[in-house]
Amino acid sequence: MGKNGKVRGFLGKNIVPLLFACFCAVGVYYSGTGIPTILSDLVNRFDRNALLVLSLILPVISGMGLNFGIVLGAMSGQVGLILVSIWKIQGLPAILIAMLIAMVVASFCGFLAGKMLNQTKGQEMITSMILGFFANGIYQFIFLFIAGGVIKFSSDLLLSSGIGIKNTIALDSMQYALDDIKIFGVSTKVDLFTAMMFFGALFLLYYLFRVLVKKNREKKYRIRLGISAALIVAGAVGYNLPALVMYKMMVRVPIPTYLVIIGVCILIQAFMKTKLGQDMRAVGHDRKVAASAGIRVDKVRIQAIILSTVIAALGQIIFYQNLGTMDTYYGHEKVGTYCVAAILIGGASVQKATIGQAILGTLLFHLLFNVSPLAAQNMFSNSMVGGYFRMVACYGIIAVALILHAWRSRVDRKKKSEEV
Amino acid sequence: MAEITPVLSMKNIGKAFSGNQVLQDVSLDIMPGEIYALCGENGAGKSTLMNILFGMPVISSTGGYTGKVLIDGKEVQIKKPQEAIAYGIGMVHQEFMLIPGFTVGENIKLNREPLKNGALSRVFGKQLRNVDFEQIEKDAEASLDRLGVELDPHADVETLPVGYMQFVEIARELDKSNVKLLILDEPTAVLAESEAEIVLDIIKRLSKLGIAVLLITHRIGEIMYVADTVTILRDGLNVKTMKIADTTAGEIAELMVGRELVAVKQRDRDESENKEIAVSIKNLRVDMPGERVSGINLDVYKGEILGIGGLAGQGKLGVANGIMGIYPTFGEITVFGKPLKLNSPKSSIGAKFAFVSEDRKQQGFAPDLSIEMNMVIPAMVNHDEFFRKFGPFHQIDKKKVEETAKKYIEEFQIRCTGPKQEVKSLSGGNQQKVCIAKAILLQPDVLLVSEPTRGIDIGAKSIVLETISRINEETGVTILFTSSELGELRQVCDRIAIVSGGKVADILPPDATNEEFGLAMGGK
Repeated sequence: MGKNGKVRGFLGKNIVPLLFACFCAVGVYYSGTGIPTILSDLVNRFDRNALLVLSLILPVISGMGLNFGIVLGAMSGQVGLILVSIWKIQGLPAILIAMLIAMVVASFCGFLAGKMLNQTKGQEMITSMILGFFANGIYQFIFLFIAGGVIKFSSDLLLSSGIGIKNTIALDSMQYALDDIKIFGVSTKVDLFTAMMFFGALFLLYYLFRVLVKKNREKKYRIRLGISAALIVAGAVGYNLPALVMYKMMVRVPIPTYLVIIGVCILIQAFMKTKLGQDMRAVGHDRKVAASAGIRVDKVRIQAIILSTVIAALGQIIFYQNLGTMDTYYGHEKVGTYCVAAILIGGASVQKATIGQAILGTLLFHLLFNVSPLAAQNMFSNSMVGGYFRMVACYGIIAVALILHAWRSRVDRKKKSEEV
Repeated sequence: MAEITPVLSMKNIGKAFSGNQVLQDVSLDIMPGEIYALCGENGAGKSTLMNILFGMPVISSTGGYTGKVLIDGKEVQIKKPQEAIAYGIGMVHQEFMLIPGFTVGENIKLNREPLKNGALSRVFGKQLRNVDFEQIEKDAEASLDRLGVELDPHADVETLPVGYMQFVEIARELDKSNVKLLILDEPTAVLAESEAEIVLDIIKRLSKLGIAVLLITHRIGEIMYVADTVTILRDGLNVKTMKIADTTAGEIAELMVGRELVAVKQRDRDESENKEIAVSIKNLRVDMPGERVSGINLDVYKGEILGIGGLAGQGKLGVANGIMGIYPTFGEITVFGKPLKLNSPKSSIGAKFAFVSEDRKQQGFAPDLSIEMNMVIPAMVNHDEFFRKFGPFHQIDKKKVEETAKKYIEEFQIRCTGPKQEVKSLSGGNQQKVCIAKAILLQPDVLLVSEPTRGIDIGAKSIVLETISRINEETGVTILFTSSELGELRQVCDRIAIVSGGKVADILPPDATNEEFGLAMGGK
């Protein structure tokens, strides 16, 4: 393959993210919003959504497609938040307890969902989507009727009739409880440049450890070492550059949540190197062959769904601790669709998804989500268009990404059969 | 000479599926390090024998088997495939059991990965131990070394040529610690000649390591090249077991095919000379899963019945499916001198082809519709027939439809309550007759008939075959008749092309000898 072919290969492989990066650039240009404002919003949106999108990876690897069933995880997260609100627990402990509860509920839901998906092999995506709608019914039944109606208790979360939980729940005491943990009174939600220096230093230490202690002398580690150092330098320069003062003032990075996100990425990565991770990959590539080698396919698939649901549950709690008010009955509804759209933009497909794709996708999707209404409004000079445009952008993304992937795999297949 | 105990003895094995005897009194003894060939046509009972050996659930759930299985001289009852593996029997299946996205090493150690403790296992317990990728590499290299194959354990299996995939499969079986008998099910079926040679050399090497090899194959050349002993199965019977040194390729071929023949079609063969070419196929390649065609050249003369035969999976079914554009097709087809647009069923029908598919249930008919509608719909759609027209409006001409259906019901002796009966309630043979009537109503120049007698009873079979001959004689339509039953091909065809490995191995007259047919099928 010549250089030309290589370029074409790269374009072909990354056509989806490249296309949407172009859309984003156009959107940013036409939205007329300043870069610092957009960046500040993006940092927050990434903080809210990254875990939810990351939760989609394991089922894809296990060959179960895009798990729209993370809606179940989101609900589990909300169950945790509702309970700690009723118990009036506050601050960081509330978040941690909600997470514990959510993990238990999510494991159970994930187990049931996995069992069901094992009955419908090959149609996991549509099944998990419908499962989400069905679970929504049960969720509403529990919190609109059972809560207060069957299980009597008094709480200011209940509707005035005493039956059912309110539509919106204020999580005032919990807002930013994780994003902004106070260490000896010092805020951990810092400006962009401090965050750059902090994470730069973190990565630098890690890669130094790899190169010096573990003796990984490969080129990629040396390059990453360089990038980490550059990040620190850039942060230090930006911090002191008066021209960038708007960035310093407006963009606040919640360090603890970002650490959690990095932690989950590392866990997923480490998990893929374990026996169970290896089994998931095998099952994902070819169920029949895996089964004939003695891998317990159904069990592995259930485990993948449980893990996915649990990560989604944690993600939903992080989402609401950032937002501060919880939409009890609609908050979880679109989680599946939005996250699927995000990971697809990142270049993932029904068969393949990586952490990098999830992160890139979250960034691109939410950038587009943020700028598209304003951009549309400015382009068509009509304020009505904006809201619709966001819908078109979101659902259009799923359709376009799926079509592009289908087109690509058809091209590949054709190439393959021509070789015969 | 001292008595050596056979690694595997199967004694007087018999097996019946619901009263239908598929294996009877089959015995074989395999010595350590011996290369033992098992050959026979499709349906001769080879796979049933292997299922018995591996204790597959199909056997026990259908009433078990009779006879004895002995491993190292001791009688055993194998109830699960895992038990067979524990006894040291390894099997490489015909279809590859490889994970496509995994490396060679990962595939060799699939689900037997060496593990070591890591950060996650220290916290969450043994289940999350890390896979030791370095050890995988070492083990894989050792197994590949024993085979004498140079292959990078890091390579992705997906990118390997097919032959190398076969090596990986064999290396995996070898990596299981105690293998003493390796069963290879048609290991060279999908390989190119040069790759097949390497596989055969590997087999010889294994035998030198003291591992016995049971080679299931129908390629007679291979048997002659590697095997020590051969057993030929036919219709579930142990026809003969011979030392290779005492036999010839011709004898094996004859024993494999040989069955008494019903009347072979007799025709004046000079007649078929100097005939107009109806269909000319050049370098036809069809990507039909399991029936790949890889470069067929064939001329079909006007008015003849050309048979296409060969063993299952060799590509004979791909020819008709390729002509009709049902699977991705490449190459060149001309019909009465005009080039045919490929990959388009519509233009194939336009070129006056009609197809009776081997996949009767899926492609043959609409099960919920009546006999008459099934017969006429293709003619309606493609030739605009059976309509009464009132300006822009069309109405189905019910009277004409019914009359036509009645005519064919009578002509083909379709057993039914009348033309309105739903096709799904007919027997397989009668369904097939509906399919043929449907194809004829298209008034084709060339009729493609694939496996028309598959799954139908003997009486219906002969009517179907008679019908095919009669249509040919009466209307002069050219027929391309694909079948896995050599007997019926010889009954109705003027010439028979034997397809092997996706190519035409030979074109034979129906009265050629069994040996000739056997050798062509065996790819020699």
